[in-house]
Amino acid sequence: MFRLIKSIFFMLICSIAVSVQAQDMTGLINKVKAKLDQVNDYEADGRMKTDVAFIKAPVGKVKVYYKKPNKFRLKKDGGISLLPRGGVSVNMNSIIATTDFIALAAGEANVGGTKTKVVKLLPANENNDIVLTTLYIDEANLLVRKAVTTTKENGTYEIEMSYGQFSNYGLPDKVVFSFNTKDYKLPKGITLEFDDTEKELTEAEKIRNKKGRVEISYANYVVNKGIPDSVFK
Amino acid sequence: MQPIVTVTGLTKQFSNLIAVQHLSFSVYEGDVYGFLGQNGAGKSTTIRMLLSLISPGSGKIEIFGRDLQHHRNEILAQVGAVIEKPDVYKYLSAYENLKLFARLSGIRATETRLMEQLEQVGLASRARDTVKTFSQGMKQRLGIAIALVHDPKLIILDEPTNGLDPQGIADIRNLILHLSRDLKKTVIVSSHLLSEIEQVATRVLIIDKGKKIVEGNALELFDPSQTLVALQTLNQVDALQKMQNSSWAGNLQQQRDTAILLKLDRNRIPQFHRDLVAMDIELISLEVRHSLEDYFLQVTSGNQHVDTYTD
Amino acid sequence: MWTLIQIELFKIFRRPRTYIAFAAITALIGIIQFGLKLDGESYVEFMMRDINSSITVEGKILNGYQVCYIVLQVLLVHVPLLIALVAADMVSGEANMGTLRLMLTKPISRTRFLLAKFMATVAYTLLLLVWLAVMALFVNMLIFGTDDLFLMKSQYVVLLKENDIFWRYVWAFGFAALAMTTVASLGFLFSLFAENSIGPIVATMSVIIFFTILSTLNIPVFNAIKPFLFTTHMIGWKEFFDIRVNDANEAIVGSIQNPDRILRSAIVLVVHIIGFVTAAIWVFRKKDILS
Repeated sequence: MFRLIKSIFFMLICSIAVSVQAQDMTGLINKVKAKLDQVNDYEADGRMKTDVAFIKAPVGKVKVYYKKPNKFRLKKDGGISLLPRGGVSVNMNSIIATTDFIALAAGEANVGGTKTKVVKLLPANENNDIVLTTLYIDEANLLVRKAVTTTKENGTYEIEMSYGQFSNYGLPDKVVFSFNTKDYKLPKGITLEFDDTEKELTEAEKIRNKKGRVEISYANYVVNKGIPDSVFK
Repeated sequence: MQPIVTVTGLTKQFSNLIAVQHLSFSVYEGDVYGFLGQNGAGKSTTIRMLLSLISPGSGKIEIFGRDLQHHRNEILAQVGAVIEKPDVYKYLSAYENLKLFARLSGIRATETRLMEQLEQVGLASRARDTVKTFSQGMKQRLGIAIALVHDPKLIILDEPTNGLDPQGIADIRNLILHLSRDLKKTVIVSSHLLSEIEQVATRVLIIDKGKKIVEGNALELFDPSQTLVALQTLNQVDALQKMQNSSWAGNLQQQRDTAILLKLDRNRIPQFHRDLVAMDIELISLEVRHSLEDYFLQVTSGNQHVDTYTD
Repeated sequence: MWTLIQIELFKIFRRPRTYIAFAAITALIGIIQFGLKLDGESYVEFMMRDINSSITVEGKILNGYQVCYIVLQVLLVHVPLLIALVAADMVSGEANMGTLRLMLTKPISRTRFLLAKFMATVAYTLLLLVWLAVMALFVNMLIFGTDDLFLMKSQYVVLLKENDIFWRYVWAFGFAALAMTTVASLGFLFSLFAENSIGPIVATMSVIIFFTILSTLNIPVFNAIKPFLFTTHMIGWKEFFDIRVNDANEAIVGSIQNPDRILRSAIVLVVHIIGFVTAAIWVFRKKDILS
């Protein structure tokens, strides 16, 4: 009987300890969130580079728009934009915007020369597409340097950010997404091509490398100047 | 006199048909050269060889003293031709056709000149109409205008009267005579009808199965002293017997068909007629034929074969 | 020679048949334009259904450049018929009409005669392509505007920037002209062997259809002969719309993925044209004109 009480007590201690630690991390997240919260909306010019094996696109100029709480739009000026499917929501704000989560500390790590705290975010809602997000937070500056998100539907993707002028707002100068690309293949009957198969093998090999990257460099941030909702439609 | 056309040992064989065989003849300046033969006798093949449409299997063709094979373009610049049906561009007008072929013949004729040419063949009023509205005779006249547009020295007419009505045939006959007598052209005209040739030709070549049968002066070939007379009587056997016993026995010819044939001088026909009555031969008809016609029919009868490309 | 070509062109353009091709192109493109203008959205959806799971494409996909590409993709397969309609009739039609024998009694060598006819056929082919360019490119640029061009290949997708497209079309039409001249020279060669134009037209189309099927079939046995079929090379114009990427997988504006492949195809086509025309002259010089 005593042993039973002892073990229950132990478990209780343990759970308290965990929750104390978790509480700590939630504080950090909330601080980061508060920092991001200064931004009600922003727009910025970006140079988008798509590095996906099955996409051949030139560097494109894009415009990004954000509005609290989770409106985000990436627009190419008058042209056509290609984004690989993979649920890449291209800003930090929307990742952290979720309020219902459990934050767990997972040690420290070095990202691009900056010491960071590693925080694992577990959404409380089972139905969320995100299974787990690991954040690498620069505690001193309250900036997220890297995020690795695992989703149910779209695999794992990684976002790396570097900051400059707009670090006060938590807005990055450059964002690099890495993700697993899905297969792409169209039957030749549709594309009406009949090139020789020999050439295809080398192309196919290229495609076997299924890591994709999208890199956006931002400039000309305009923060909190108001953006009409029509932009996001 | 220099011959304008000299053909020596001309032979042409199509896969399994010898169309022309060792044919030699000469056409002299100013001749209206009648080229006579049944359909499929080799006339068209020969004429096409003269115009370089068909390459000879062997033999030699010289026109204006030059070898056709080596001086084709210079020679053809001086030759005008109507080959069988006078086909021209149906979607073009008579004037456009004439102008087009004039340019192909290397001459740039003025509109006035071209209209004159059409006037000559009686097509001036229809000059701007598309040829598809033309009758066969009108097409034929346009074909002749095209053949003459570049003022050639030698004119070759292959079966020019095919498909024409009697008036059209008469027009062609007059045209040939006009070309020869007034314009001093040399004309080669082919036909399978003796009656057409004998009225215009100065010289005649008869061919059959690709071979030359006879070539000669029309006056000699159409010699009136060699007139052929064909008799139809009530009793041919009796009549023949009576004639064999008379002074006309020497004039009797080899018999063909149901008629009794005699060859005699045209002037003696009235006397012959009186003698028939005297001999009590019951005459149904007395038909005067040229010896050439008989000759022509004789050598060519029963030899009809259809050439692949003549119509 | 110029006179001869003039005469041949005069004949071509005085015939109603010639304008069938121009009318057909106008009508076909008109229908495509009408349809896409009316219901372009659904067409784009339909077009994108296979790749929507891989890529999100945003922007005005259905612009003038895209429509031109669609038109060329659909039409260039059928233009050979329109070319054959005239090319395969060039000599056989005259034989049928009876004008060939008259033409050939004129003081013009057969080689020059045939070359003039061929040149006129080429001129007709080029005019038809110019008309196609006007209708498919310029008119569509007017109706649908210009924008980036998004293309799906069998192994990847290509995005071309708006200012990097026009020159590709110029070259593509140039290449198409070469391909269609090959068709014209084949039809032209066949037109020597018949005295009506139906046979040569059908023969030309049969060869093209047969070869195209062989070119399309992805059966290993046939792959070996594909490089030798001129139809395989006829779609080389598409290569102008494939862009090269640098090491960072960034498309290089103004580049072509396989310029050597285009060159090879062009050479193959030129060799075919020369071959067909030489064969035609060789046959025609010896031919007995019996029509």
